Amino acid sequence: MLSSLMRILALVRKELLAVLKDRRTRLSLLVPVLVQTMVFGYAASYDLNRVPYVLWSQDQGAAATALIARFDGTGIFRRIDTVVRERDMRAALDDRRALLAIGIPADFSRRLAAGRHADVQLIADGRNSNTAGTALGYAQAVIGAFNSHWRATHGEGRAPAHLSVRAWYNPNLLTRWEMIPGLIGTLTLLQTLLLTAMSVAREREQGTFDQLLVTPIRPVEIMAGKALPAMLIGLVQASGVLLVAQLWFHIPFEGSFAVLYGGIVVFVLAAVGIGLVVSALSYTMQQAMLYSFVLLMPFTLLSGLTTPIANMPRVLQYFTLINPLRYAIDIAQRVYLEGAGMRLLLPDLWPLALIGAVTLTAASWLFRHRLQ
Amino acid sequence: MSAASAPVLECREVYKSFGPRAAALLGVSLEVPSGSLSALVGPDGAGKSTLIRLACGLLRAERGSVRVLGFDAAVAAQCIQDRVSYMPQKFGLYEDLTVRENLDLYADLHGVSQAQRAQRYPELLHMTDLQRFEQRLAGRLSGGMKQKLGLACTLVRPPELLLLDEPTVGVDPLSRRELWQIVHDLVREQGLTVLISTAYLDEAERADRVIVLQAGRVLAEGTPAAVTQLAAGRTFRLTPSGRESARTLQARLLGSQAVIDAVPDAGGVRCVCAAQHGDGIPGGVPVEPRFEDGFMVMLRRTQSQSAHADIALAHPPPQANGALIEVRDLVKRFGAFTAVDRVSFSVARGEIFGLLGPNGAGKTTTFRMLCGLLTPSGGVLRVGGIDVARAGDAARGQLGYVAQKFSLYGPLSARENLEFFASAYGLRGATRRARIEWAIHQFELTHASGPAGDLPGGFKQRLAMAAALLHEPRILFLDEPTSGADPLARRAFWRRITALADQGVTVVVTTHFMQEAEYCDRIVIMDAGRVLAQGTPAQVRACAPREGEFEPSMEDAFVAVVERSRAGEARAAARTA
Amino acid sequence: MSTVVATSDGRASLARIATLVRKEWRQMIRDPASIALGVVLPVILILLFGYGLSLDVKNVPLAVLDQDGSSLAAGLIGELRLSRYFQPQSVTSLHAAQRLLEAGRVQGIVTVPERFARQARAGGAAVQLIVSGTDANTARIIEAYVSGAVEAWSARQAPALAGPVRVQSRLWFNAANDSRYFLVPGLIVLVMTLIGAFLTAMVVAREWERGTFEALFVTPVRATEILLGKTLPYFALGMVGLVLCVLAGRFLFHVPVRGSLAVLLGGSMLYMLVALAIGLLISSAVKNQLVASQLTLLATFMPAFMLSGLLFDLRSMPAPIRALTYLLPARYYVALLQTTFLAGDIWAVIVPNALALCAMLALLAFALGTVTRKRLA
Repeated sequence: MLSSLMRILALVRKELLAVLKDRRTRLSLLVPVLVQTMVFGYAASYDLNRVPYVLWSQDQGAAATALIARFDGTGIFRRIDTVVRERDMRAALDDRRALLAIGIPADFSRRLAAGRHADVQLIADGRNSNTAGTALGYAQAVIGAFNSHWRATHGEGRAPAHLSVRAWYNPNLLTRWEMIPGLIGTLTLLQTLLLTAMSVAREREQGTFDQLLVTPIRPVEIMAGKALPAMLIGLVQASGVLLVAQLWFHIPFEGSFAVLYGGIVVFVLAAVGIGLVVSALSYTMQQAMLYSFVLLMPFTLLSGLTTPIANMPRVLQYFTLINPLRYAIDIAQRVYLEGAGMRLLLPDLWPLALIGAVTLTAASWLFRHRLQ
Repeated sequence: MSAASAPVLECREVYKSFGPRAAALLGVSLEVPSGSLSALVGPDGAGKSTLIRLACGLLRAERGSVRVLGFDAAVAAQCIQDRVSYMPQKFGLYEDLTVRENLDLYADLHGVSQAQRAQRYPELLHMTDLQRFEQRLAGRLSGGMKQKLGLACTLVRPPELLLLDEPTVGVDPLSRRELWQIVHDLVREQGLTVLISTAYLDEAERADRVIVLQAGRVLAEGTPAAVTQLAAGRTFRLTPSGRESARTLQARLLGSQAVIDAVPDAGGVRCVCAAQHGDGIPGGVPVEPRFEDGFMVMLRRTQSQSAHADIALAHPPPQANGALIEVRDLVKRFGAFTAVDRVSFSVARGEIFGLLGPNGAGKTTTFRMLCGLLTPSGGVLRVGGIDVARAGDAARGQLGYVAQKFSLYGPLSARENLEFFASAYGLRGATRRARIEWAIHQFELTHASGPAGDLPGGFKQRLAMAAALLHEPRILFLDEPTSGADPLARRAFWRRITALADQGVTVVVTTHFMQEAEYCDRIVIMDAGRVLAQGTPAQVRACAPREGEFEPSMEDAFVAVVERSRAGEARAAARTA
Repeated sequence: MSTVVATSDGRASLARIATLVRKEWRQMIRDPASIALGVVLPVILILLFGYGLSLDVKNVPLAVLDQDGSSLAAGLIGELRLSRYFQPQSVTSLHAAQRLLEAGRVQGIVTVPERFARQARAGGAAVQLIVSGTDANTARIIEAYVSGAVEAWSARQAPALAGPVRVQSRLWFNAANDSRYFLVPGLIVLVMTLIGAFLTAMVVAREWERGTFEALFVTPVRATEILLGKTLPYFALGMVGLVLCVLAGRFLFHVPVRGSLAVLLGGSMLYMLVALAIGLLISSAVKNQLVASQLTLLATFMPAFMLSGLLFDLRSMPAPIRALTYLLPARYYVALLQTTFLAGDIWAVIVPNALALCAMLALLAFALGTVTRKRLA
């Protein structure tokens, strides 16, 4: 038992030395993760803070001016042009200068002043319908506020009902708050899976794997010696993303770090398990990379990070059950935003643990039986 | 055609380096005359490949001029590339293409017409014996066949200069002989000019001219005879007397100041004396010098013998009765293919046992089963009295293993590699420290700094040996340990191995150098998964037909045994068909 | 020698290119790695993008807590039930609703408070919606839909009190509000990047690694011919991928193609060439399959997904990141594709984006021209 531990320790030390001694490898483990966190942290957001719009109006009246002032006052809506003809409005949308067109008819102010209803047209460029929908939502909120104000100042009664919204965990519904915690899992998976998948293939290609097998080291020990350093590096990478999230993006952290790290450890275990299965199945580094790549694609796309899992067809939703990233993202987001504790995260933790157990068992079986 | 008198390749004071610390060529000047077969000889890292690549216009010299067929390689590379043919070390074949498709590719690129092909292809395929494999993927050919296909691809049209970069590396003696025969015929019959690089010294003797390269400098240029002549009158053959073995006699001779070189040879020892001892040594019968003797004379002017080649074990393996390795009816099948077919042999304590055979003979498979890397499909395999396949780590603790590529962890330093393997073998505390110090001292690794992956080949080989000996194994497995090493390093290596064997370590070794089989106590020759010959080197040598007064060399014996067996197979196949 | 003289003219050059293309094609169809990257992965991507990814909110499970119990409240809840966006389920306590929300079984809680009917008649009754901000994008869409339903109900109850400004909103180019409409063009960008840059980088690096380039160099073949020999087959494969994607988009996922096929094809060819040039440049710089593929992944594929505008709006990114996106060819191609697919041949979009791609191509071709030599190291 002791000698087995010593051998595993020696393997771990060797593995870490091999990875960390070379300055370039060392940098390649951390720099891409940090750069991607920074870039994607800014880029991966459905929030809009800049909605260029074209005003299509023939009405110079007070009400119209007041409405437009509300738009311009948000800081989000930026008027790029004011046009009179529909053709010009259409052109501004067509050539993507404007995301939104606000059309105010000529009798707008007159009708309002007369105490009648008036229409406003909102036309959005639906080439990205999600962005367009968000912009329309913002615009509707502006008009809704205008309406309330108008009715209050003109002594009209209030509408029978209105909606009061409370968003739990993320009061301003900022996508960044969910994206960046999600990146902890995504970037860590990307790196750990590739690292583990390649490491055995590299030893096979360079012949050191045979060298290991003729020593008293057992296959299970080799596996442990591969898994532990990869987990360690995965944890460091996850911490890197976490640091950027905390120190740069200041994403509010509601939960406890202990819980988050507990979750990450189980997740990294599952990721390493998958990496080891891939590595046991591949003879060359090229193969290992291809297999990992083919796996990573559905893992990341079907993780719920960019599009909700609930929107997927049933079959794919079942597939996501074996996707470790799905659980990792859920854990990170819920610990971050909801302050979820271990008990609440159990539905995420046990599948991850199961994936880890199954893949590690499979890998150790493969290691013993595919050495031929 | 240019005038026959002008050299086809001419280098003047050529310098080339790769980075500040890696100088490859240090002022090389040489000439390759038209219509000749020239050999570029030297160990790994001498600068052979760099020189050939310069001649092809694939690299550019820092200083000096390289002229090929009258063109300056630095400015008119394309003119050279239109006219010469070049086979790189890895053969340059597309493994996903068939033999025929590879030939077609190069014929197309050289603009060979269909009519010319119809005439040339049959010749090439016949010459390389590849007719039957025209539709086979190049990746599925054996090493020897790949090498011949690579050669055929360079000959789709007659080149004005043929450059072959180490075509015989990693190829067994049989295939090497065939390749040299082909090249020879080309030069004689078609007047081709050929420059061929090789690390095998015995091959140089077959060339018209040799250029000896060592550490980026030309050591000698001329006929092979001129190099051989350096050792004229200084080569002797000694026969061990009484109970002394050839190996111990050799070790004794190497210890003497008067001896430049000594190698075991056909039961005796060949030695080359230093110049001042030209009158010979007691008991020595003068023999004809060989190229390698002359080469050693030149080399010893610049380098001295390793001082630490004698190795002392603190804990020699215990005495043992009977065979330490026992192999009976060993079989290994991969699917329908039988790689090893009922192989039997045994190895006693302290023996050096050689596994020889052409590529694909099954020797590597046998070797891997001995080390426990493969599970046998059938038969008995006991190493140190234990069934390796089942015993696991306890048995493996008694083995040392040096892989073909000196498998080390590249990013780790020499010491870190040793530390890792010491722990892997369960060494701890003071013992571990002591063993690592021993290894570093014994294998001259004190100056090996930086990542192991960047060490020169000789260092890597010594480090791999050191790592395999840290735990003082009873049995040492060596897979092609000397391929690509320079002759001096090879001598030092074998001195260590014989010293280990003398102290009771059992050694199993595979090698392509037939002369090195002479170091072994016993050898087996394998082909097509079966043992063809087995016994002491003298017994195996006796299998070859005797020509003239000298005993046939091990290589002659090897070729004879394998060819005889293959001819028998062919006859048997013809009968059943 | 006759064979040598023949090599310098154009016919011989064409013949050599044809030979190299044939060789590349044979390798491509026999190499599992090429098949995996060039065929299997694109098909996986098509399926995932077509079926798996969707930002559309439909049948959202909502917990509805009616604390009022009046007929007015029932009417409002009926409004929600009628909507195709929601699947309301009634709960009896806020606690139960919260548990459902925490477990992710519902995505929002609509509470109709006590005394709702009375307040509604007086005006200004509040209906409460609680959404979980863990998926902010979906939450915002739910909010908009519920708000719309409440307003519609309100307007019907008291038409005089609605507005006064009424909004008529329209989504141009995608009236069905189907997120596939922009995901499928995005998919094409990814597939082209994969084949153009990733696969090409890998096969070129493989020739360096296996030493086959060395042998090829020492023949009459010219450096540009080698480049073309590599480019043409993968260009063709990319076009096959394009056709596959367009067909799948049109007939499997019913995404309209409103622009002309010529523009679609022309723009795609342009981008394919840019991607190929990047792949060739990277592989000739590093000459190692592994490093080359990882670099291409980092430099082309990931940015094509995250920074091209195929998913996230570029205008809302901070200035430095926005500046970065101008360096990425995928950005221009996404703009081109989304426009030709959904809006039609709008030259004001097509011309500047195509020009940007042309400029990049010229720059890359120049770089390739200077880098490509028949020389090692």
